[in-house]
Amino acid sequence: MVRNKLILAAAMLSSAALAAPAAAQNEQFIPILSYRTGAYAVNGVPYANGVADYYSLINERDGGINGVKLLVEECETGYATDKGVECYERLKGKGPTGAAFINPLSTGITFALTEKTTTDKIPIITMGYGRADSKNGAVFAYNFPLLGTYWSAADIAIQHIAKEVGGFDKLKGKKISLLYHDSPYGKEPIPMLQVLAKKYGFEFTPIPVTHPGVEQKSQWLAIRQNRPDYVLVWGWGVMNGTAVKEAAAVAYPRDKMIGVWWSGAEPDVTPAGDQAVGYKSLMLQHGAGKFLVHADIEKYVYARDKGASEPGKVGEVLYNRGMVNAMLGVEAIRKAQEKFGKKPLTGEQVRWGLENLNLSDARIKELGFEGMLKPIRISCSDHEGARDGRVQQWDGKGWKVISDWYTANQSETEPLVEEVSGKYAAEKNVKPRDCSKES
Amino acid sequence: MIALGQFLEVLIGGLMSGVLYSLVALGFVLIFKASGVFNFAQGAMVLLAGLALVRSLDLLVAWGFPLWAAIILGIGFAAVIMAITAWLIERFVIGPLVNQDALTLFMSTIGVTFILEGAAQMIFGSDAYPLRLFPTDAWFLFENLFPGGILLNKLDVWGGFIAGILVAGLAIFFERTKTGRALRAVADDHLAAQSVGIPISWIWFVVWLAAGLVALVAATVWGTKLGVQFSITFLALKALPVLIIGGLTSIPGAIVGGFIVGAGEKIAEVFLGSYIGGGIEYWFAYVLALAVLLVRPQGLFGERIIERI
Repeated sequence: MVRNKLILAAAMLSSAALAAPAAAQNEQFIPILSYRTGAYAVNGVPYANGVADYYSLINERDGGINGVKLLVEECETGYATDKGVECYERLKGKGPTGAAFINPLSTGITFALTEKTTTDKIPIITMGYGRADSKNGAVFAYNFPLLGTYWSAADIAIQHIAKEVGGFDKLKGKKISLLYHDSPYGKEPIPMLQVLAKKYGFEFTPIPVTHPGVEQKSQWLAIRQNRPDYVLVWGWGVMNGTAVKEAAAVAYPRDKMIGVWWSGAEPDVTPAGDQAVGYKSLMLQHGAGKFLVHADIEKYVYARDKGASEPGKVGEVLYNRGMVNAMLGVEAIRKAQEKFGKKPLTGEQVRWGLENLNLSDARIKELGFEGMLKPIRISCSDHEGARDGRVQQWDGKGWKVISDWYTANQSETEPLVEEVSGKYAAEKNVKPRDCSKES
Repeated sequence: MIALGQFLEVLIGGLMSGVLYSLVALGFVLIFKASGVFNFAQGAMVLLAGLALVRSLDLLVAWGFPLWAAIILGIGFAAVIMAITAWLIERFVIGPLVNQDALTLFMSTIGVTFILEGAAQMIFGSDAYPLRLFPTDAWFLFENLFPGGILLNKLDVWGGFIAGILVAGLAIFFERTKTGRALRAVADDHLAAQSVGIPISWIWFVVWLAAGLVALVAATVWGTKLGVQFSITFLALKALPVLIIGGLTSIPGAIVGGFIVGAGEKIAEVFLGSYIGGGIEYWFAYVLALAVLLVRPQGLFGERIIERI
């Protein structure tokens, strides 16, 4: 598998190096910040493969976006903020018009890049992660936390718990712990959960786990003593599987654990074997499985031996997420081309495309993503675009969807978004845009 | 009573966790004791051994071998891989650097780390692979005395048992065998050992092989605990404070250091963590190590450093 990826990376590099200058004039450059090595590679690899394969599909099947070929280059961050910033600086000016957008796949890197990308006028897409206050596009013009922020995730998790215990009124007096990766990512849901704890009267206990999360005995012994009714897991990489195993070791019921959507992929449960049965996680809308778009991936990418992944892993949760993420970026470029012309676009122009992106059910079906996604509509004031999720449960062999759709309650999330983004604007001297005047 | 029960549970859990750190620390001690090289690559060797074991095991089971036979053959295959690794390291890295200063040798092991990490994942894959060689459920002791009892994980007990056997075996090897004594002579002075006819290449191969086999043992336990995946290399960082406390040259010191680090960090995390924000156990182990360094730089069981001026 690694060998395939090396070949792919070499191919990408050589295609970038050998591209004739004339041809390069009609190429849209997209950097891929990925981590195929290090502690988080187990999760980073399938995601990066999904992203790479979707861009390959656009080039192979469609010849690019309206004739504009995608030129992509991967940069290895190792999930480290310093390397992420280095990758961004190295790649932001590549291609005829610079980077169309950046997708760091790390909340830490997102925090570090937020001001830089605004200055450089390059959108930063943080689908399902990043800073939750950046939902407010009036303040964060270049941040796009598409499909769901961590505050939406926290709200959905509490909605699901409320449903399981018999209603929001039954949350009073319940104990809910948050086992979180001790990083900007893991800390992000805490303010929202504190708000919800106050509103519904449950006892909230945050429990940090130090990177990378290989040792969690202390945390689980504390959980064993405190006996929370639910444990929310905000982990990544080895932390997720270790949490499941330690829960089994202290006999904490796995069906009372709910992971965020980054704690609910195959590598998070398979190392724990049968001990993971019953474990639940949120879904960033989609889950595992193959849909119409996968048939095209197989026909135009894998049949031509241009796939990045092992074929058996196509359709896994994180692979699909990488594809969805790449698709949203591609559709933003397509939207921007409607206004600025069918040519390579600058980051600033793609930002307009993102902010005016509107994918209906019909368009999602046309793209082959029917069954994976609900409609999404971005606007100046709403850079999240959709805040829907479901809950899935591991049955020992695969993820099974066990809930209906939930939509994060904006009456709960919005005041916090306004408060925190307002503070950011005041601190950084950002003048919020008047969204009624944006078009 | 609940507080006492919790304290005992955390203490025992910490001590047992510490033994698992010792399993990794033992590999460091072995190589340092026998060659004077601080082997930064020990964590990578655990990864390589674990991947070789789990991937061969999966393959053998898929081919229809009974589990017991697959385990034996898988361990044998991983041992061969570690032997080849030891030979390559001796032949191409450490051997050519004989008589170089300790810092040069240390730097060479950093290079070995990255090569082993990359090669292991390239050959055997970079996913998370489940390994289940030991039970991972728990006993609950003294349930009549403490509500809920005191939890004792069976995997930790296995780890302690294996560490005990390793320590006894290594102690006998170093103290009672000709090769063991030759190893100690080489560690004292490469040149002097060579001049009295000790075959230094062979000795270094033996010691790297021994460290590789200790890495394999550590991989069986940690692989069962975490699944075999890249993060297993981070165990090297957990072993460092153990080495500082126990002493780089002492095999029993690695065990005692493990006890101190394991118990210390768990007690600190559970009982102090909530007052200062939590997540303190990682650096708390280094606080303990620093405290020992200030009082006894060679560690609690390390050989006292006496140099002629």
